[in-house]
Order: sequence, then structure tokens, then C-alpha cells
Amino acid sequence: MSDAQSTQTLPSASPVTSSARATRLRFAAFWGLPPLVWQLAFFVVPLGFLVAMTFWSVKSFRLTPDATLANWTFILNAGFFRNAYIYTFWLAGLTALLASLIAFPAAYTLAFRLQPATRRFLIFMLVVPFFTSYPVRIYSTQIFFSPQGIINAALHPLGLGPISVLNSPTGTVIGYLVLTLPLVVLLQTFALMNVPKTLIEAAHNLGCGRLRTILTVIVPSARIGLVVAATFAFVLAFGDYVAPLYLGGSKPPTLSILIADQVKSGNHWPRASVVAVIMILTLVAVMSTMLALAYGRRGAKP
Amino acid sequence: MNAALLRRAALLVWTLLVFTFIFAPIVSTIVFSFNADRFPSLPWCGFSLQWYEAVFADASVQRGLVNSLIVAAATSVIATFLGFAAAYVDYRYRFFGKAAYTAIVALPPTVPVVILGVAMLTFEGRIGLSGTLTGVTVGHVVLAAPFAMALVRMRLADLDPDIERAAWNLGATPWSTIVGVVIPFCLPAILASIFLTAAVSFDEFMIAWFVSGVNETLPVRVLAMLQGQVSPRINAIGALVFAVSMTLVVAAQILLGRNSRRSKEPQQ
Repeated sequence: MSDAQSTQTLPSASPVTSSARATRLRFAAFWGLPPLVWQLAFFVVPLGFLVAMTFWSVKSFRLTPDATLANWTFILNAGFFRNAYIYTFWLAGLTALLASLIAFPAAYTLAFRLQPATRRFLIFMLVVPFFTSYPVRIYSTQIFFSPQGIINAALHPLGLGPISVLNSPTGTVIGYLVLTLPLVVLLQTFALMNVPKTLIEAAHNLGCGRLRTILTVIVPSARIGLVVAATFAFVLAFGDYVAPLYLGGSKPPTLSILIADQVKSGNHWPRASVVAVIMILTLVAVMSTMLALAYGRRGAKP
Repeated sequence: MNAALLRRAALLVWTLLVFTFIFAPIVSTIVFSFNADRFPSLPWCGFSLQWYEAVFADASVQRGLVNSLIVAAATSVIATFLGFAAAYVDYRYRFFGKAAYTAIVALPPTVPVVILGVAMLTFEGRIGLSGTLTGVTVGHVVLAAPFAMALVRMRLADLDPDIERAAWNLGATPWSTIVGVVIPFCLPAILASIFLTAAVSFDEFMIAWFVSGVNETLPVRVLAMLQGQVSPRINAIGALVFAVSMTLVVAAQILLGRNSRRSKEPQQ
């Protein structure tokens, strides 16, 4: 930040004295440095430390600085890790897809079919879940789907059920949807609201059917927002710990459960760090692929 | 146009179902926190405040609540200052490495909290912060500062950069300009950010779970209670947490709403 220069220097003002420049620099440093120092010290350094720890060893239950690849070879060769990785990736991908498909008609309704006042209210409502305890929502969901829960009580008179989704991958995905759907509906709604209305009217005037308008006009022009929404869903589900534990019964475990187990009980932090670093690399790869997908094709269009 | 009507009805029903799925867990938490029966099922067994009484009598819940409030208060002040500073720097200056600067400040919410939690625990263990409320606060500030930055930056987008330049031209120092012009202009966003970052901290459970040790915050206590059996006390805590968070969020929303209305007036 020491080279922070005000680009807004006064064009025709009196020559800036060196003491005025020093004041200007001190001013810039006062605002510029604290956020940088804080995030470097408590975000970048801990993540760097996490990477460094993947090369440490545990000798007689004590963490020892080291330069070994043993943790990496152990995790990468462990069958339980490979299974957990594939399982977590698959469920997060499925969640992104399901959330996008389930959210789309709702986002479409919000963006195009409702009065502005109703839309504003519903958008505010969609922010509410972010500020309610997520573990408590998962607890409620668990009770809904429990064998004596409301869902089965409602299905029984219809001659259906009982369904059991708890302690299964289905339960985990339901939990992931509880987590991701509000955000996906919100982001999709914003994306659809930005589609120019004239574009849609033009398509209708040219005799394009409703479904075809959605598929060939609305979805392509809202593509970036839709992809970003799906990516967020993937990222949230991929890292979630609560849903796979309480709705999925942690069998099979997801990557975040592996991390928590290794840290909280297994006490093998270097191995947990390896899993964490692999998760970060995966998310970076997924996010850059998705963003390339969202922005890339625009250039290809004539 | 029967088909159009049918299509419209189908869309509305689908939207209703999606919102039901999203809000059923929240509504049921609140409703069943007042239910007399131990197991939350229909039919309703009568109104009761017994779960709230049990919660308020629970010493570990009381401690968790106090810890959470301390952490949320400290987090909101520090995160809002850092967020304002970063937003102002982004608004005012152009310099080498600015993209990296804003990225470092803004990125933490994209990292899964389970990973932030492990990183915080291993790092803070080294410097003696793990197991302390300071340690939890430090992690929450990292997570909450980007939200503060976004709120203030959106507000600053409505402030013409020429106003600050004009003040400088008239001989005002950068300090008196920021105190006299920029901060008053951003005040609604700053207050909103204090409420919002407090709410982020008050609900955060993963970093706190890794770092807090014996100094559990309220969400960490809830997580521990979930591991036990079904207990309507969880509903009562959930409803309380909901009430606190929503008060903060609605306060922020009102401030921001007034904020945008005011900024539109002078333009007309």
C-alpha cells in the first residue's frame, strides 16, 4: 500500500508540498492498511499455514514441522478418501442441478409474473433464511422426515409411505437443498430481472412460443447469473457439514465430515489439512471452469 | 385462454411449493417451540412456554448466549471499520495490485467454513488464541468484513467523487473531508453493516465450533444439543436466535431502504 497514489490529485492546484504528500500517504495508509493487514494475518496466513501443515508429521501424538509427503500419499491412496471425494462431488453436483431446476420456475414467476411490490417482499423473504440458524433448520427438516414425522403422517391417509430418507444420500441432498435453494432462487431472480423485456416481446412478436422463448432467448441471455447461482449451490453443498451429518447420518462420510473427524477426534491435523487443501483446489477449479463456461461462449457468438 | 390460465396457476403453485420447502423448517421451529408436547407432531398439544423456561434456566445456554453477544458486538464494530476502510480505498484510489487487494479482503465467504475453521484452529493454536472468544471474534471478522465492504461500497457508488475533490480544492484536508462528507453520507450503510455483521457472527457456528473450545457460543451449543436426542428446547433456542437475527436484519433493511430513497431525491 505504500505506493498507493491518489489518482484524484488536484489538476491545477498549487504545487503539492512534500509534507502535504506525506499527509496524503498517511491518510491512504490509515484506511488501506488495516483491512489488508487483518485479512493477511487472519485469512491468508492461516490458509498458508494449512498448506504448510500438509507436509508436517505427527510424532507420538505431537505435531512436528517436517517436509514429508507422507500425508499426501496416505490421503491420495486411501480408499476412504477417494470414495468420500467422489461421493461429495457427485452429491454437490446433483444439488447444483436440482436446485437450479427447482428454482427456475419460481424465479421465472418472481421475475416476470408478479407485481413489483410482491416481488420486493418475496426477495426480502428469501434473505431471511440466511439469518436463521442453519443447524436448527436442519433439525426441523430431520423431524419432518422422521418415521413419525409430519410428512409420513400426511402420506399415511393417502395410502402412501412410509418414506424413509433419513440417514441416506437422499436425506443429505434434501439438507443441501434447504441450504442452497434460497440463494439459487434469489440469484436466478436477479439474473432473469436483467433480461431485457424488449427481447422477450420481440421473440413473442416473431411468433416464438413461450417454452421456446424461455429456452432460446431468456436462458441464454441470463446465462451468467444462472451459472453463478448453480456454482454457488455447488460450493455451499460441497463444503457443508451439517446436512450430511444430521440428515445423511454421515454414512458414507463427506469430505467435510472427514476433516471434522480427523481434527476433532482423530487428532491428525496434517491429514485433515491435505483434505482441506484438495477441497480448496477442487472449488477453485470448479469455479473457474463454470465462470469460463458462463463468460466464454459470449465471445464465440457473432 | 384456458392454457395461459393453467400455465399461470401451475407456475404460482410451483413457486408456493418452493417457498413452502424453504420456510417450513423456520415456521415449524417457531410454532413447535410453543408446543406443550415433547415430540413435535400434529395435532398440536396446547400452548406452553415450558421450553423457553427450560432454556433460560440452562446455565450452558446462558453462557453461550452471553458469549455470542460479546463476539457479535466486537465482530460488528471491527468488521464494519475494516469493511468501510476497504470500500473507501476501493472507491478513492487506483494503485498497483488493487485487484489483489480487494480479492484478499472479499474472498473469505467463498471458502467453506469448515476449512476456515480448521485453518483458524491450527493457526490460532500456535499463537495462543484458540479456545478464546478473541479467537472466535478474529475468525468472524474475517468472514464478516466482506459484507460490510459490499454494503459501504454500494453506498459510495452514489457519492460523486467530485464532491470530495471540491472539498479538497477549497482547502479541506482529507481527514476533515472524510469526517465531514464521506462518513455522514455512508452513515446508513455503516449502521446497516453493524447490524448485518452482528447477525452474521451471531449465526456462525462452524468457525466457532472449531475455535471456541470450552467458551462455546450459542450456535455451538445448539450443534452439541443436536447430537443428543430430540428436544423442543432446540426449537426454543432457534426461535430466540431467529428473533435476534431478524431484528438486526430488519433494522439494516430499514436503514438501507431509507438510504436509497434519500439518494434518489436530490437527482430529481
